[in-house]
Amino acid sequence: MSFGGRLSTFLVLLAVAVGAAVYAVVTFLTPNPQVVDFTGAQAVGAPVDLTVQTVGAIGFGKHPTWVSYLVKDPGGQWIHSTVWKVPAHTRINVTVEQYDSGSPLRNQQWGLVQGTTGGTASLNGTTFSVYNSYDANGVGHTFAIPTIGLNVPLVGVDPNATNTCGAAPCTTNYVHNVMRFSFTSPGPGEYPWQCFVPCGLGFLYGNGGPMSTINYMGGFLDVAA
Amino acid sequence: MTDTAPTPSAHQPAGPPSAEPRHFWRMFAIWIVLSAILDPLFYFLVGPHVPPGTMTSSAAENQLDFNILFVIALPVILAVWVYLGYSIIMWRASRKDAPEPVGGEAARTNLRVQTAWITVTSVIVLFLAGFGTYELIQNYGAGGGQGPNPIWKPTASHILPVQVIGQQWKFTYRYPTYGGFETQQLILPADTTIAFHVTSLDVIHSFWAYQLSIKADANPQVDNVAYTTTRQLGRFTVRCSELCGLWHGAMYNFGQVVPKAQFDSWARQTELTTAANTRLLPPFAWTYVPDANGAGGGYYNNTVDPYSPSEVYGARQPAS
Amino acid sequence: MTISAERESEVAYPDPTPPHAGGIQGWTSRPGWLSQHLGTAIVGAVAGYLIGHWLGNVIASGYNYVANSGVNAIANTGGLLLGALGWLIGIGALNYPLAKMVGMEPAPEQETTSWTRYFRYTADHKVVGLQYVIGVLLFLFTGGLLAMAIRTELLSPTSHVFGPGTYISIVSEHGTMMMMMATSAVVGPLGNWLVPIMIGARRTAFPRIEAFSFWIFSAGYLVILTALPYGGFPTGWTGYAPLQTQASGGMMSYLVGFALIGSGMMAAGFNLAVTIVNYRAPGMTWSRVPIFVWSILATCALLTLATPTLVAAGLFGILDHTAQTAFYVNEHGGSSYLWENLFWFFGHPEVYIMALPGFGIVGEILPVFTRKPLFAYKVAAAGMVGVALLSFFVWQHHLFQSGINPDMRPLFMLTTELISIPTGFIFLVGMGTLYKAKIRFEVPMLFALALFFNFLIGGVTGVFLSDVPVNVTVHGGFFVLSHFHYTIMGGLIFALFGGLYFWLPKMTGKTMNKKLGQIHFWMMFIFFNLTFFPMFIIGLLGQPRRVFEYQQNLQALNDFSSVSAFILGSSFLVFIANFAWSIFIKPTPAPPNPWNSLGLEWQTASPVPYYNFERIPVVLTDPYRYGEEGAPPVADLGEELVGAGAGPRAGTSTGETSATSAE
Repeated sequence: MSFGGRLSTFLVLLAVAVGAAVYAVVTFLTPNPQVVDFTGAQAVGAPVDLTVQTVGAIGFGKHPTWVSYLVKDPGGQWIHSTVWKVPAHTRINVTVEQYDSGSPLRNQQWGLVQGTTGGTASLNGTTFSVYNSYDANGVGHTFAIPTIGLNVPLVGVDPNATNTCGAAPCTTNYVHNVMRFSFTSPGPGEYPWQCFVPCGLGFLYGNGGPMSTINYMGGFLDVAA
Repeated sequence: MTDTAPTPSAHQPAGPPSAEPRHFWRMFAIWIVLSAILDPLFYFLVGPHVPPGTMTSSAAENQLDFNILFVIALPVILAVWVYLGYSIIMWRASRKDAPEPVGGEAARTNLRVQTAWITVTSVIVLFLAGFGTYELIQNYGAGGGQGPNPIWKPTASHILPVQVIGQQWKFTYRYPTYGGFETQQLILPADTTIAFHVTSLDVIHSFWAYQLSIKADANPQVDNVAYTTTRQLGRFTVRCSELCGLWHGAMYNFGQVVPKAQFDSWARQTELTTAANTRLLPPFAWTYVPDANGAGGGYYNNTVDPYSPSEVYGARQPAS
Repeated sequence: MTISAERESEVAYPDPTPPHAGGIQGWTSRPGWLSQHLGTAIVGAVAGYLIGHWLGNVIASGYNYVANSGVNAIANTGGLLLGALGWLIGIGALNYPLAKMVGMEPAPEQETTSWTRYFRYTADHKVVGLQYVIGVLLFLFTGGLLAMAIRTELLSPTSHVFGPGTYISIVSEHGTMMMMMATSAVVGPLGNWLVPIMIGARRTAFPRIEAFSFWIFSAGYLVILTALPYGGFPTGWTGYAPLQTQASGGMMSYLVGFALIGSGMMAAGFNLAVTIVNYRAPGMTWSRVPIFVWSILATCALLTLATPTLVAAGLFGILDHTAQTAFYVNEHGGSSYLWENLFWFFGHPEVYIMALPGFGIVGEILPVFTRKPLFAYKVAAAGMVGVALLSFFVWQHHLFQSGINPDMRPLFMLTTELISIPTGFIFLVGMGTLYKAKIRFEVPMLFALALFFNFLIGGVTGVFLSDVPVNVTVHGGFFVLSHFHYTIMGGLIFALFGGLYFWLPKMTGKTMNKKLGQIHFWMMFIFFNLTFFPMFIIGLLGQPRRVFEYQQNLQALNDFSSVSAFILGSSFLVFIANFAWSIFIKPTPAPPNPWNSLGLEWQTASPVPYYNFERIPVVLTDPYRYGEEGAPPVADLGEELVGAGAGPRAGTSTGETSATSAE
């Protein structure tokens, strides 16, 4: 092979390698969820309303059987995202439409409402501060931001109901519980939130799959300055 | 260490030694001066600030242990560096009139040097192993997890047991002597011997109370015990130091060592305020059998009651 | 002892029939693209993967836990295993055994100098060695890119470039790839290429097993790469169960990949061990064996004895995922400690699989550039064997805080500290060899000297880690991370590059550019230390490993480390440029013995003939008799009596090249 041939062979190989690396980074390494921004929707200092729902099976995408959160963006659309951007030091009023059924908690400690305004949450309008997960339909998920000590059990729906929601996004026609609570957002930063109910079906300890994948049962509260 | 370096006489063939500088003594002099300066500098200036500090008995002892090791290690490092630096400068091929090296048996092997080397390294190593063992035993396991059957137990008359429960991805704490309430806060009394009983509800975590110098892996169904005695008041960091999945990096919290009376009132207060939830918790046990299946349909097809008490490892109910 | 006496006592030369690569008559011997090569291997791999994956879905998609989780580990495993099998069939690895099984007589391999031989299954250990060079470098640079990603994420304590799951996948992939690469980093390229020539053999004992070891190693590379498209795995390279059992996605790539790499390690170790024991040329007594060969022999002992544990442990993991066994799940009769023990029972000997060949390389480089014999050769050889033996008795020092029985702790502290005695022999050897030497700072020598600098730090911090009280603070943090980068990268990888700069002129017949080599060295050496030294402090200040968030006050140190890491990473671009330019694009022929070495591998012709030596050499002495009047040449190569000893003063550095049989 000539000098030019060898040089161009090398350059082609180099280009292939660089291309493969860039492709890998773009495709496999940076699929961060879409950020849903709540910072511009209301006056500065006014409370932010955050409406989310949990569904037993997302029904679409790469993992249709996985349990997941969805969030209603300021425009009223249900979005499959778990990264929510909120302003700092602001009251956040959270409404959770819980469409998933529940079970006893592995650690009943997470049945304790913690870190919310007033230390309480409400289930379909009834205020409570401790939920016995061995009762009734148990707890489906918990919404917890461990680094700021927030934890709210999200009570499960009756699994034997005839109108359980099978695929996201669910509408209020299906059986659901409405949970409400408020908390004050901390200073700027990215705060991981997660669920403490082992709800990853088919995984050891129930904590694999959706529990271990961002955009399903975990995400960030992206607090902007 | 440097005295193990090949001595000039060992390598020189019979001949006039006067022209040759006394390499060994030169190196030895450089080494002894450097060591004599740097070792005390480290020990007295840096040593008192070496992590993990002196907040507990295990922290203080482990800091001392680190400093002793460092004071021994530094001269060893210096010996090699001085030797390497000296050789590179003195015996480089580019220097003026660099002589041809002399080969032969004398350059291949030297019993005195080899024996000295092996003796010195063995003495250092055996001393360190002995010293480490002494520190480990007289320090009641040095703050490391001793498993369910600790063999180096503190002799204090009052030991406060604190159970650490690792779960993906948060540590929670139970205080068996206060009715077994569970909390996310880790508050400890000062001047008290604490027995941490570390266990897990799912995968392996590691409870690392950094300033307390406590590290114990949390295994499901295993009661891993570590001891220390608190000495100073203040905040400390708890991190998980065994990769446990998605939020491993976020699995931390801050604890506090407070005066005894303040601890007692905090504990009694929390016992009262969490009483409603404590009633719902499983009875206190040293280990729990987590449900390997999780909620609903699981990986394995049988069912085990979640979070049920277990009798494994000869669980002892604490005296309340 | 005269040369002729040795010559006469020698029995007949072994049959010079070429070794069989495994070609079936009229198939692989067919020239060009009709035969089996890398392309057919890729086709085989893809076909095997698709069949295996389909089969897995057919079998298991109805299983309860598969339907619930939406993740079919059985299909993944089937795809990967059959893919690897297809890869081996495609390259022709199974031709020979299958032909023998049905009673056919495979044709001998054709001697060829065509460049296409580098893309084939071949029995020529020199081709396999060069295949390994490319394979190992590819592995290393892929892992290196992942390291750059890690350091990018750690630029900030709280805001994130990658998601936490992606970050852990990157960390796990980096660690696993680097460990897989490091197991074969020296044994593969340099061990296979050099050992037969160094001991005066014409081939290795089992050329097909040798070729198998490379092609399964490369299959392991492809399999571990598939972890990324599968979604990565969260366990780090240690793969601790039960997190391993809980994980999905790329976890099977980790388990299958390590099983494949493990098979390759066993094959490579077995082949080279048998070669060293049985294929030494006449006169190559144990006290004349080059120190590099000793290091490879000790490594081979570890490869063959420790690796089966890993493969078995991985198999248990695969069974836990596919057949719902519970080896590692406490609640169902297994134990979370089982993986820890099995893994480290392999894992600690593996650390010395990575360290020992580096010592061997340095032991070969030092005498050449100091013009002195290797000091304390016997101590060095004994030390390597001692390390290999002791390394089986230290594994529980990884588990000091794990809650295993505490009364074993003083014992494992003692054994771990004892192993630093034979490990320290490399310093005795190095320092003794430097004494009153005439040091030429050629590029290989720079790398060899750097190993002493780096490995000293790595070794001494290892003593800190072995001390149980200090271990409480440093275990599982950046301190231990820095420690093993100092030993593996600062030791093995520096030695590997030193070895490549040293032997590539002989292996390829081309000269590497010295200037670029020096730039590469200084960039790599300085920024290696600037990257990893701060990590000791970061670790002592309380940063655990594998975290995506850390304390705000550690940002300055982390950023310093990250920026240094980027420059360290770019130093390898200099190497790639040098390698591509000097070896491939615009080659400059290298003389047969450019460094003026006395080693047997330098005395044969350049390029090295297919059978390495025209006639089997009769070894007359060890290869370290520098600076000795009247020393005999290293070997009688069966032609006119020439060699280093022929000159008035053996092996001096004054520029006269020692005669070789090739000239």
